[in-house]
Amino acid sequence: MAAAMQQSPQSYNYDIVKIFTIMSLVWGILGMFTGLYIAAELAWPFLNFDTPEITFGRLRPVHTTLVIFGFGGSALFATSYYIVQRTCQVRLWGELMPMYTFWGWQIAVASAAVSYMLGYTQAREYAEMVWPIDILIALTWVAYLVIYVQTLRRRSQPHIYVANWFFIAFILATAILHIVNNMAMPVGLFNLSSYSLQAGVQDAMTQWWYGHNAVGFFLTAAFLGMMYYFVPKQAGRPVYSYRLSIIHFWALVFLYMWVGAHHLHWTALPDWTSTLAATFSILLLLPSWGGMINGIMTLSGAWDRLRSDPVVRFLIVALAFYGMSTFEGPLMSLKSVNALSHYTDWTIGHVHSGALGWVAMVTFGSFYHLIPRLWETTMYSNRLINIHFYLAVTGIILYITALWFAGIGQGWMWRAFDEYGNLAYTFIETVNHLHAPYIMRTFGGLLFVLGIIVMGYNVYMTIRQSRNEKQEFEAKIAAKMAAAQ
Amino acid sequence: MKHETIETNAGWLIALTLIVISIGGLAEIVPLYYMDDTVEEVKVGGIETVRPYTPLELRGRDLYQREGCYLCHSQMIRPFRDEALRYGHYSLAAESKFDHPFQWGSKRTGPDLARVGKKYSNQWHVQHLVKPRSVVRESIMPNYPWLLEDDLKYKDIADRLRALKKVGVPYSETKAEFDKNVERFGLDVAKNLDINKAESNLINEALINNYDGDKSNISEMDAMVAYLQVLGTMVDFKKFDDGHFAKFR
Repeated sequence: MAAAMQQSPQSYNYDIVKIFTIMSLVWGILGMFTGLYIAAELAWPFLNFDTPEITFGRLRPVHTTLVIFGFGGSALFATSYYIVQRTCQVRLWGELMPMYTFWGWQIAVASAAVSYMLGYTQAREYAEMVWPIDILIALTWVAYLVIYVQTLRRRSQPHIYVANWFFIAFILATAILHIVNNMAMPVGLFNLSSYSLQAGVQDAMTQWWYGHNAVGFFLTAAFLGMMYYFVPKQAGRPVYSYRLSIIHFWALVFLYMWVGAHHLHWTALPDWTSTLAATFSILLLLPSWGGMINGIMTLSGAWDRLRSDPVVRFLIVALAFYGMSTFEGPLMSLKSVNALSHYTDWTIGHVHSGALGWVAMVTFGSFYHLIPRLWETTMYSNRLINIHFYLAVTGIILYITALWFAGIGQGWMWRAFDEYGNLAYTFIETVNHLHAPYIMRTFGGLLFVLGIIVMGYNVYMTIRQSRNEKQEFEAKIAAKMAAAQ
Repeated sequence: MKHETIETNAGWLIALTLIVISIGGLAEIVPLYYMDDTVEEVKVGGIETVRPYTPLELRGRDLYQREGCYLCHSQMIRPFRDEALRYGHYSLAAESKFDHPFQWGSKRTGPDLARVGKKYSNQWHVQHLVKPRSVVRESIMPNYPWLLEDDLKYKDIADRLRALKKVGVPYSETKAEFDKNVERFGLDVAKNLDINKAESNLINEALINNYDGDKSNISEMDAMVAYLQVLGTMVDFKKFDDGHFAKFR
């Protein structure tokens, strides 16, 4: 029995993994539904209903925060706490502290969402939380680092497994980024408003250094950590190349920190900074693909599993989208391409091919592997996993295709001239062009949301099934005991 | 050192990772504070024309952030022919040097607003904010009727200016600071930067200019329109030679 070979599950702290997993799905459903709603608002503006709390401008940060920090963040807490215990073969350090990170994180996410709807924001993309929430996040994050390092130090294995390198880099980088980018002067001790420490061009540079590394470390390095554990586990094969993982780890964490300024091409940021960022963005293609290749080659030789194992399917598609979006990213960071793509929906499409295609898909795959092990049962329905898979993939493809059409089309229209050298289109004509792709994007989003709802149901039934199985088992034991007496 | 050493030692792993991830940010952010060409000097007749916001404009800017306008409107014109025709001269770094935080934005679901000031009448802005589709039929912007209905909150305006002063915006509190502002920005502007008179300045500006067309109250609309009308108006490009600002890029 496999169970007999590993350390008894009772000695690992699975409770903390379980609650983070459940909350990840809860935030995922809420956050993606919010995304669906604001996508619909762009297609049909009457959906704003003249209600401040649900207008696009206030709900958009709710969507990004719930998905990135609620769904993604909770998934990372869950999987990293699981992986660090399994790969170090030791129980997670501390009892109260992990619970503190749970409540700290959930309260931060929930209060951020509510505060945006009420109009409290720092107006920094992906860092909109007002200063008291920023402090809560910083404290929670320090606790996370302490737990992680203390667990590593108590490991019973000599080597620190590669997944943990990525998690460590993610925790350290996120701490630095969060603290530096959120430096601000509160208006008063009892006033939620604040003004950022930096202004103008320096503030823009800092914000996009943060913004792109939220992608680089939060949404990439950490999820690579997830990939490095669950892909080999599910495939039942060792990591393809250990040497490749070393090289691409160091290259990735070094290069990512330089590329943020490609969000500021052709702006008032000095040319040297954005040129530097573009150069490093091109270089970044190598370590990004290093990770993708390492993941895909780990699955190579187990290709038949694609037919039989829906979890492998999620993981391979996630890696494919990772490769695709890390190719598209450097392309868009070229100044000439960026001149067209910047300010358009192409960027939004690109982000979603990473966020839905890579981040969400690798999370779903990992969760489908993880959940039966946490609750000691099998998934309630493999068919529902398959349905989720096809809904998700179709949804993503519709979504990004629609936004390529919307963004590239609008970009060309903005810069089109008529035969007399005048602008060929008024601005509102370019907005009209967006209507059809916005509807198609909304439909793609709808499919994706349906997918995660199917998953939510499947997981709920799995947990219920686990409880029933346990009760039956206990009843059987009790009956045997009674018979023996 | 062998990689094995790092793989078997959490301290090494953490220390080296910290070094490796710190370099990029340091190399790109720190020089922006020390290189003189980063932010242009914009002076006409010895007076700086890019100035901090008046109290009313500042409250308008706060509302602009509250409603998440930056998520659909950029404030950063790029140096392209089409953008010059559509929006005007490309944006200078100097034009956002008092912006805490910057509002350059990343998306143009609606048009760029960096130079929207003085392009439309106050009345147009009020009508457009309350009911965008009554002015631009195909617009997809939400309606913002509450801006006209809700009174502007400004009791903490002096605290707001004081917080901004702490992060480096030259609002004045003492006589010496006031005099320095007179020298830098001229007397009229300096008066509006006086923290001691913040509240009365705000009320006066709203009553005199009456941005929302309703004299009976100071609505959020007064502040919002005041802010929109100042955007991009602080640099008069006619006063500078063609290409004067090119050397800063």
